[in-house]
Amino acid sequence: MNWEIVIGLEIHTQLATKSKLFSGASTKYGAPPNTQASIIDLGYPGVLPVFNKEALIMAIKFGLATNCKISPNSIFARKNYFYPDLPKGYQISQYEHPIVYDGNIDIEINSTTKNIKITRAHLEEDAGKSLHQSFDEASGVDLNRAGTPLLEIVSEPDIRSAIEAGAYMRKIHKLVCYLGISDGNMQEGSFRCDANVSIREKGDKKLGTRTEIKNLNSFRFVEKAIELEAERQIELIENGQIINQETRLYDDIKNETRSMRSKEEANDYRYFPDPDLLPITIDDELINKIKENLPELPEQKYLRFISEYDFSEYDSEVLTSNIDIANFFEGVFKKTKSAKAKLISNWIQGELLSMLNTKNIGIKECKISTEDFAKILDLIEEDELSSNLAKEVLHLAWGSKEPIESIIEKNGYKLISDDNIITKIIDDIVKNFPEQVEQYKNGNQKIIGFFVGKAMQAAEGKVNPKKVNQLLKKKLG
Amino acid sequence: MHQKTIKQLSSELTLKKISSVELTKEFLKRVRLYDSKINSFITIDEERALAEAKEADVLIKKGANTFLTGIPIAHKDIFCTKGIKTSCGSKMLDNFISPYDATIVKRLKEAGAVCIGKTNMDEFAMGSSNETSFYGPVHNPWNIENVPGGSSGGSAAAIAARLVCGATGSDTGGSIRQPAAFCGVTGIKPTYGRVSRYGMIAFASSLDQGGTLTQTVEDSALMLETISGFDKKDSTSLMAPVPNFSKEINTSWDKIRIGIPNNFFDSGLDSESSNLVMEAIKIIEKLGAKIINLDLKHIDLSVPSYYVVAPAEASSNLSRFDGVRYGYREKNTQNLNELYKLSRSKGFGDEVKRRIIIGTYVLSAGYYDAYYLQAQKVRKLISQSFVNAFKEVDIIIGPTTPTPAFKIGQKMDDPIQMYLNDIYTIGANLAGLPALSIPCGFSSGLPIGMQLIGPYLKEDLILKIGHHFQKETNWHTHLPAEFL
Repeated sequence: MNWEIVIGLEIHTQLATKSKLFSGASTKYGAPPNTQASIIDLGYPGVLPVFNKEALIMAIKFGLATNCKISPNSIFARKNYFYPDLPKGYQISQYEHPIVYDGNIDIEINSTTKNIKITRAHLEEDAGKSLHQSFDEASGVDLNRAGTPLLEIVSEPDIRSAIEAGAYMRKIHKLVCYLGISDGNMQEGSFRCDANVSIREKGDKKLGTRTEIKNLNSFRFVEKAIELEAERQIELIENGQIINQETRLYDDIKNETRSMRSKEEANDYRYFPDPDLLPITIDDELINKIKENLPELPEQKYLRFISEYDFSEYDSEVLTSNIDIANFFEGVFKKTKSAKAKLISNWIQGELLSMLNTKNIGIKECKISTEDFAKILDLIEEDELSSNLAKEVLHLAWGSKEPIESIIEKNGYKLISDDNIITKIIDDIVKNFPEQVEQYKNGNQKIIGFFVGKAMQAAEGKVNPKKVNQLLKKKLG
Repeated sequence: MHQKTIKQLSSELTLKKISSVELTKEFLKRVRLYDSKINSFITIDEERALAEAKEADVLIKKGANTFLTGIPIAHKDIFCTKGIKTSCGSKMLDNFISPYDATIVKRLKEAGAVCIGKTNMDEFAMGSSNETSFYGPVHNPWNIENVPGGSSGGSAAAIAARLVCGATGSDTGGSIRQPAAFCGVTGIKPTYGRVSRYGMIAFASSLDQGGTLTQTVEDSALMLETISGFDKKDSTSLMAPVPNFSKEINTSWDKIRIGIPNNFFDSGLDSESSNLVMEAIKIIEKLGAKIINLDLKHIDLSVPSYYVVAPAEASSNLSRFDGVRYGYREKNTQNLNELYKLSRSKGFGDEVKRRIIIGTYVLSAGYYDAYYLQAQKVRKLISQSFVNAFKEVDIIIGPTTPTPAFKIGQKMDDPIQMYLNDIYTIGANLAGLPALSIPCGFSSGLPIGMQLIGPYLKEDLILKIGHHFQKETNWHTHLPAEFL
């Protein structure tokens, strides 16, 4: 039978606010347990939430960038359930009136474009973390993350394959990073998603029974988990069995999804409007102000890079695939004196990205400044540093405080450009290879390469080839 | 000395006829002498009170005092007080020492008021008789076999017995006004949002409002102007400017229109109470008022809608008491569910559990629309009928309660009868309006209260009329015989 996979994603992206959604506590990652939880985050008796307006602006930015409608009045609701990492016994979220809704975004699969509708994106607070290890017979709770602002982005079930799901998730990830509303750090849990998966016969209008796979925190896991889940569902149906509506977990080590809880076991969250918080009112003035200050979006940057730097589509795509790479490129470009955009692009795509890949880190953790990178490329452009030695310099400059000039100087990497020294080398070569000189004079222009090679050899590769060429031609007349 | 009002004592302090330490010692002496009869306090902190009194005396000496500097007061145990047990009348919080001060507490402290302790209350403010307290019932100073009302029963009884000059209270459905009426004292619930809820342990967030209990309206004005005003820690607190209530109440008025809701004088109202309230209204009429009878539409639905909305919010507000981070925690439990179940089953009393169950039910999938949403619609209708009424009248006056204080134990087995105690007070909470209860006579030796409900943010008006009434009458000066 011909099956169609139907997928909707709920992406949780942590907003990059300085303080929490309803308290003044810091949102910084990695502090010792429970040191970034105020009495509000701890749900002490009598405390009240106060809405952080920074999160509001970020949510509106997302809405504007995805053609969403912005709700003039949206409401916080309480989602009630008991868990030790949820101090108040309810999560403050949005239910009936989300802050933004009815938007869409394009994804590209093999150079065809597909539009995915966004149902809604709403603000909510994150829960804390239960620590089940390292305590005898008990569990610990770390509430540092409790109250951290999240934007939950819910798509329509418009996605039809694991690959499309991956592309959609990457697209949203790129967008929130470009907007500066999230650091997008997936290892730290700043960007994760739940996937709703069902299957149906192709052409069928009715949706099949769906399962929800929780907490997928990498693009690869999303693709993998959806593939596995679709296969599982198809197998069940083809064997005459039924799909249970349930929540499932993806185990990346065993490479399987397994049941977490069934629909019957699901909580009744008893949503109701939170009486501690006023409705969020948003007027056109605010929306316009945010619109005016919206940063350049991925598509715009991609087109600008092509027109402004004369890049190929491919180069522009790579350089704008990640806002940090794009920023690094433009940072270097601004600081170079003579190096061309193409040269910078080649060096970023080549040596720099491969260095980062080897170290398994992102460009944000790059330990070479844009200043130093610019200096090295200028020297290459001006033939004062060879490409091979430039690579050496890059490695030596990684994390070093030493100025680039002194690294080059100390290692003797600088190409000789002094006319007197080069003339002396040329004189020796001309003297030692009269036959070849004769050939040149007889019109064999190509043999100039032979002399340059010899000069390079004599100077152990550290001579400016352009200068050698120039002086040779002069000498040989 | 204990018969004097805050206003009078304040002037004696300023004139240095007496020191705050002397005053505080005098009231602490009365607490030691009398509180065993009425059980109005959960916590008494003599040492802290005397230290605060000393500081107050320094301020007075420097001339840096307010009307409240050096005045002994008490806080209802629903208000978080830094370093002092804040139990909310519950076993759940019997071991809870708050790490911070509620905004009300902070503002009174900054004004130099001396806190001598925390007053008894119905558990989590759920009750109309102060019988649901984990710390035992409070007795009405006018007849110790009777209830003082609730939930601010400890504060009301302590004022009636003159164990303290002023006290804070909270009012979700009548919890300041009903005990004020039962104990013959003055109690005001301001407009919703007038006083910050920060640090006041939540019962029903959209209805809860802090206020005061005192001997006189004038004293209420002094306390209220101190605790009112916007607080950035409470998103629902109002930005509105706070009038100088204690000054405003002395101004005169031309002619005001008093609305008398027919539905407040129905068959449910005790006839002697009815007569006394009508007598009192006549006094106000003589001061310059026109009486207008009116029908407050839908007001008969206030109790049922309240008993959906309030428990719904409470069921969520009380979820944080789970035994995990603070409060009562059952020892030796085998797993998480058992920890929750046993801590909450043993930490909460019956009335609290009843309301959590009701609230959970009305918010449940499939019942939400029929109960919670419906109740919210009714609430809007009730608010609207007040808005309509205030197009025709300036204030609404009626009884505070259907009967005087009943016997301890009399209604404990009949929640419906207990809930009906708040039939006249709940409307002001649902509509968020300011309302004042002042004594207007006695029925068989028990005080009767008259309620003045004002338009939105019009505390100044109800206080003014109440103050002028008290200048004409002396019901508020009576003292129960056993506490002279």
